[in-house]
Parts: sequence; structure tokens; C-alpha cells
Amino acid sequence: MFDLLDGIIEAFSLIIALDPDLIQIVLLSLQVSLTAIIISTLLAIPLGTLLGLKPEKKTRLFNKIIFTFMGMPPVVGGLIIFLLLSRMGPLGVLDLLYTPSAMIIAQVFLATPIITGLTMVGIRAKGAEVEETARSLGAGSFLAAWTVVREARFAILGAIITGLGRVIAEVGAVMLVGGNIAGKTRVMTTAIVLETRKGNFELAIGLGIILLLLSFIINSVLYNVQKGGQSN
Amino acid sequence: MFRKGGRAISWQSNQNNVIVKLENINKEYDKEVLRVGSLELKKGLIYGIIGPSGAGKSTLLRIINLLTPQSQGTYYFHGEPVSKSNRELIDLQRKMGLVFQKTILFSDSVWNNVAYGLKARGYHKDEINERVGNLLDQVGLRDLAKRRADTLSGGEAQRVAIARSVAYDPELLLLDEPTANLDPYNIELIEKMIKTLSEEKSITVVIVTHNVFQARRIADEVIFIDNGKIIEMGPTKKIFNNPDHEKTRLYVEGKVIS
Repeated sequence: MFDLLDGIIEAFSLIIALDPDLIQIVLLSLQVSLTAIIISTLLAIPLGTLLGLKPEKKTRLFNKIIFTFMGMPPVVGGLIIFLLLSRMGPLGVLDLLYTPSAMIIAQVFLATPIITGLTMVGIRAKGAEVEETARSLGAGSFLAAWTVVREARFAILGAIITGLGRVIAEVGAVMLVGGNIAGKTRVMTTAIVLETRKGNFELAIGLGIILLLLSFIINSVLYNVQKGGQSN
Repeated sequence: MFRKGGRAISWQSNQNNVIVKLENINKEYDKEVLRVGSLELKKGLIYGIIGPSGAGKSTLLRIINLLTPQSQGTYYFHGEPVSKSNRELIDLQRKMGLVFQKTILFSDSVWNNVAYGLKARGYHKDEINERVGNLLDQVGLRDLAKRRADTLSGGEAQRVAIARSVAYDPELLLLDEPTANLDPYNIELIEKMIKTLSEEKSITVVIVTHNVFQARRIADEVIFIDNGKIIEMGPTKKIFNNPDHEKTRLYVEGKVIS
């Protein structure tokens, strides 16, 4: 108990003093996860919109695949990306393993099905009616689709935030493909695992507090977004 | 049969005021749900489509709007047979306004909702402002211009939906049960609005209604449908006072038809 209290006090002093190691790890975490979410969003919103506007019976197989990948354990996702990027793998020539790029690819792989699936569900909720209304008012295919996305914006924003929450907190995939190399691929979750094993509880607790704080911010935004959506 | 400009035309309106003509149209899903021998919609008139639930009224409206393709038969717009090319369908749909029973207003301001069809057609901003402003004045919604459309009451929402559908001066305004869930005050407001728009803008209006009294109040011509077939159509007075068919008489008198 005394150790824990000591650790928490030490952790706060590291945060307040803006410890360079801690800051570097936090910044890399944010850089990797935000880049992954931007890429995932660009891939997932058009795909989710397309699937959401198709009749459900035509997309059943896709739905099952996406829902399966939405629930995929991160470490399995990491393993797949590891095998693809490893020297013997089909993308081994790119020499990306144990780089932040590999971590971004792994997180894109994890987040894209989540954002796609949740976008699809959001679009499906009233997409057909909105599309029909837009078309009846003279919208072409692009404007009609854009109107549907705009109407489902709360659901889509919720999907993006859910994806971010998932990837920033996951450890298995980034550990496998990033290798937790100090100053290069060490992010908050992998650092917590390592520092805990080493007995450096203060850094682990400090990172844990920041991760919890980020999680609180992400979930607060999600809560407000969903509250905004309910007024529709 | 004759040819004009290299294009085969089997029917050509000798009356310029016929906007839409349906000829030998039917619609089948698992079974036939609608059959129309011949139907003409003329400029500036208000048509009331009446009939029991499931008779095919909304299907007919959707076929007129080209939202639902017919299984067989020919659709003429100003005498020209309509092909099924996507481009042509969009062009023709842009000459029509459609208001659904369940109003979908976009979660945006009333002003932007009414401006939507004008923006979709690439109107200049000044023209959009002038048209939307005038229309909102005309239908008594100017005070609500900045309100979010999803905060409106049912009657206000339906008025916005109708204003939105006439902002771009369609030749044809199609209304599917536009007053189904409204109170008498709002029903009267909307009926007045429809009549005024039809008269001032010479818009042809087709209104599907289960309320025969509404058809009697506002329609110039009534089309009575039962079991997917047009039983009778003609001037409103004739349909209500002196119908040819027994079924029509029973229906307009509010009696059960079998």
C-alpha cells in the first residue's frame, strides 16, 4: 500500500515536471493513434456509407466479416500485420516492422472495421429515407450520399471516437509489430507493461494516469456527441 | 406511329397541357399490385388519388415520380416516352416535387431545408436567397427560418416539406398523405397552401389521401383506386355526386366496399 501511494506521488511529480521520457512516450502514442484513426476514417466512412445504403440482404456476408473483425482480439490483429510485414512476409521488402509505421498499420487494421461497422449501422438507421428524400429533391448520387453522411454525423463521430478509444488503449498489436523500442516505438501501453515488469511503478502509474485521463476525455466527448445525436 | 428527330414516338400529346401520361402500366412484385390502362395528368390541376389502404395509391405516386420503375407499359413526359437511363430519370425527377407521408427534414435550419433543392440544381446564391425568402413569406414560415428543422411541430414540418418541394418550381407536386397525422387547423392550413401554390405557380398537384373529404375539398379531378386498379376517374363533382361505378359510390359515401 505504501509502495502504491509512493508510486502515485512520484507519478504526479513526473507529470508535473513534464519528464522528457514520459512526454516522448505520450506524444508518440498520440501521433500513432491519431494518424491511424485519420487513415481509418478515410477508408471506413465511404465503405460504411456504401454498405449502409445497400439493402441488408445484399450485404449479409460483409456484415458478418466486419462484425467479426470488430471483435477481433488486438493481439491477433497484431499477429496478422506482423506476419505480413516480417522479412519473410509478402510486405517484408518494405522493412516496416518495429517502426511507428507498422504500429499505425496495425491500428488501422483494428480501427477500420469498428468505424466501418458503426458507420454502417448509423447510416442504415435512416439512410434509405434520407437518400430517397434527397433524390426526390433533385440530388444526384454524390450529393444524396453526402446528405446521408451529414444526417448520420453523430453516429459517425461516435464511431470515430470509439475507434480511437480502442486503439489508444490496446497493447497486444503495437507490442508485436512495434517491439517496444525505447525512444522509437515505445507507447503508453507497452511502456506500462515494461516498467511494471521492471518495478518502475512511478512511470507506469504516471502513464496509467495519463491514459485514464485520455480515456475520460474521449468518453466525455463520445457521451456529448451521443447526447447531441439524441436530439434528432 | 411516326418519327420525330429520329426518335420513335408512339404517342404525342396534341394537348400541350398534358404533363404526364401513363399507358398500360403495371407493377408486379410477387404478384401484380397496380394496373393502369391510361392516365393523363394535366397542367395546373389538382388530382386526388383515393382508395382503401393497400389499394396501390402510393405505388402509383412513386411510379409517377419515377422512384419506382413500372414492370410494363410506357411513361410519357410531355409526350415523350421516358427511357430508363439514370440521367434522364434524374432530369425528370428534378421537374417534380415529392412530399412523403413521413416527413424527413434534414437536421439543419428551416432556411437550408427549403434551399436544398435549389442548391442541388446549382442556383446562384442571390436567386436562392430571393426564392427561399419569398416562399417562406408566402407560406408564413419566415419567423422560423433560422430554427432547426428537427424542433418543429408536425404541422410546421409538413409545411416546410411542401415549401422545400416547390422552391424550384416543379411542374408536378406529388403529395403522399401530407396531412395524415395532423390536427384540423394544420390540415386546413396545408390545404390552403396547396391550393394557393397550385393556382399561383400553375403546378399540377397529385395528392394521395385516405380522406375522401379532403379530396372533395381540394381536388379538381379524383382517381379512385381499389385492388391495384383504377375503378373510376373524373371531375370531383361527378365522382362524388354521380359516379359511374357502385364501388366508387360506396367508397365516397364512407361505406364498406368488398
